Amino acid sequence: MKILVPTKRVPDPDQPIHLNADKTAADLTGIPCVINPFDAIALEEALRIREEERSSAGSDIEIVAVGIGPQACEKEIRIALAMGADRAVHVVSDEYIDSWIASNLLKAVVDKEQPDLIIMGKQAIDADNNQAGQFLAHHLNWPQATFASEISFEGDRVKVARETDTGIENVSMELPAVITTDLRLNEPRYASLPAMMKAKRKQVDAYTPADLSVAVDPKVEIISMETLSAKRNCVRVNNVDELIVKLKEASVL
Amino acid sequence: MKILIIAEAQGAEVRHASRSAITLAKNAAAAANGDIEIAMIGDDIAAAATAASAYAPTFTLSDASLAHPTADRYGAAIAQIVKQRGAGLVIAASTSQGKDCVARAAAQLGGTMVTDATACENRDGKLVWQRTMHAGGVAAWVAAHGDTVVVTALQSACEPAEPTEKTSVTALDIDVASLPSAIQFESVSTKQSNRPDVTEAAVVISGGRAFKTADDYERLIGGLADKVGGGTGSSRAAVDAGIAPNENQVGQTGKIIAPDLYLGIGISGAVQHLAGMKNSKIIAAINTDDEAPLLDYADFALIADAYEAIPELIAKL
Ligand SMILES: Cc1cc2nc3c(=O)[nH]c(=O)nc-3n(C[C@H](O)[C@H](O)[C@H](O)COP(=O)(O)OP(=O)(O)OC[C@H]3O[C@@H](n4cnc5c(N)ncnc54)[C@H](O)[C@@H]3O)c2cc1C
Repeated sequence: MKILVPTKRVPDPDQPIHLNADKTAADLTGIPCVINPFDAIALEEALRIREEERSSAGSDIEIVAVGIGPQACEKEIRIALAMGADRAVHVVSDEYIDSWIASNLLKAVVDKEQPDLIIMGKQAIDADNNQAGQFLAHHLNWPQATFASEISFEGDRVKVARETDTGIENVSMELPAVITTDLRLNEPRYASLPAMMKAKRKQVDAYTPADLSVAVDPKVEIISMETLSAKRNCVRVNNVDELIVKLKEASVL
Repeated sequence: MKILIIAEAQGAEVRHASRSAITLAKNAAAAANGDIEIAMIGDDIAAAATAASAYAPTFTLSDASLAHPTADRYGAAIAQIVKQRGAGLVIAASTSQGKDCVARAAAQLGGTMVTDATACENRDGKLVWQRTMHAGGVAAWVAAHGDTVVVTALQSACEPAEPTEKTSVTALDIDVASLPSAIQFESVSTKQSNRPDVTEAAVVISGGRAFKTADDYERLIGGLADKVGGGTGSSRAAVDAGIAPNENQVGQTGKIIAPDLYLGIGISGAVQHLAGMKNSKIIAAINTDDEAPLLDYADFALIADAYEAIPELIAKL
């Protein structure tokens, strides 16, 4: 079985966002970047499936990480390899990639790689779009299970527990399929230093969007961005009685 | 331009989040001279469709095989309905169903989708959309290119629409048998709660990692919520620890809410959590740590132990 895991490079979520001069994108100069946390969870799940031989195909599982973006993404791709991916594909592009283009590029990579399962983050924590997995599942005409909090295999079917607004929904589907991950699925491992050294020798196939015959033509374009600060002037109250008085004064109790 | 709202039924009513989507659709219709229609998909939705018709003429696709929103089936159905009705703009609520099924439909309709829209504006004859990004740290205006634009509306950004006179309900003619069905629904564990949903409550009592057990969370956070007729929320850490149910999670990747009062107790205020509640009208915090980041975003703070302050609040309210 082959599992494909897209891993997006995003700014470290604990860092404040700075915008570029014309306020159309985040300025990543000097900002540490990480693998999108949901993608790290997706990769961790693929590694666990391989380790636990949970698939019907047994232990013969290959894991391929896919990065899309500028040359700098190589760093996060190497981290994915150090975590345990066998190989990687890097679609190299300096252009603005929206979810639609990303899904088209991933479709082209899937056509080359022919995976049985795609596990990816439910959203990237920079754009917060929550679209690419659903788009990709449509392109491939594969079943999808978004927001996975548990994945198990039963015969030739994969069972997924999904986190929905109203509770946990259980679905099953035949492979090949697309699964997107939620936070509770697992806690990703760290890449060790020796693994980082070893990852330098792993294979990374690079393509441009043109190599894959995919047009880099965004459907949704950012016109302008503005950073928001929601800080308030906090009044410290001394006890429960004072808190009740303040909330009653504000007419919210 | 025709605007089609994909509305979700909740029993005999239109789901609260869908009513917020109707408001965004009405704003879009006013800005772009559009006509609004509603589509509702499901099983046993006659009563909810009648309720929906009090917002706009409603079209239904009802079948036993549509009882559960599996994305391949719903996605294909929504795409067909949009084409049949000739809609250029499709608006749904940013719910788990909206994100799952409507996104799949959007791919089928050309791939132009704006997630979590908070507002729209007509600029030079074209609608542009405002949405939040980077865990709510950035507000962006975006342009959506394509013949069919699909938008999910962020519930907390729009007041739910109010019903007016009932209009028509029309059954759609769609070949349900030809819709894909590769995703098999197995079961769902719906919550058993009499409390208002965290996205709909005027007052939300929210608990974090400070609580040691699910019993403590229920007794203290649930008890205080019941005392004030509010809903219960939680941080991700509380969900991960099994202290709070996942549907209570507030934040970037949970529910984004803006109640009249948000009372965060034993929650530190990570950016991912703030993303879900910082637009609340009044924010209050109870925390043992005077330097918890949540306090910077609160109107009022009480430095106290949750285990002492909550029973006192319950007793005195
Ligand atoms: C990709 C990603 C997405 C995420 N999405 C979300 C999200 O949507 N929502 C979310 O909430 N988090 C999210 N998180 C997690 C987030 O980063 C924080 O880890 C989480 O919000 C912390 O929860 P907490 O405040 O309950 O716990 P902690 O940070 O551990 O804080 C506990 C607080 O309780 C206080 N306290 C302890 N004991 C007491 C007591 N007895 N009485 C009063 N106060 C007490 C402490 O002083 C502290 O401030 C996400 C993280 C990632 C990486």
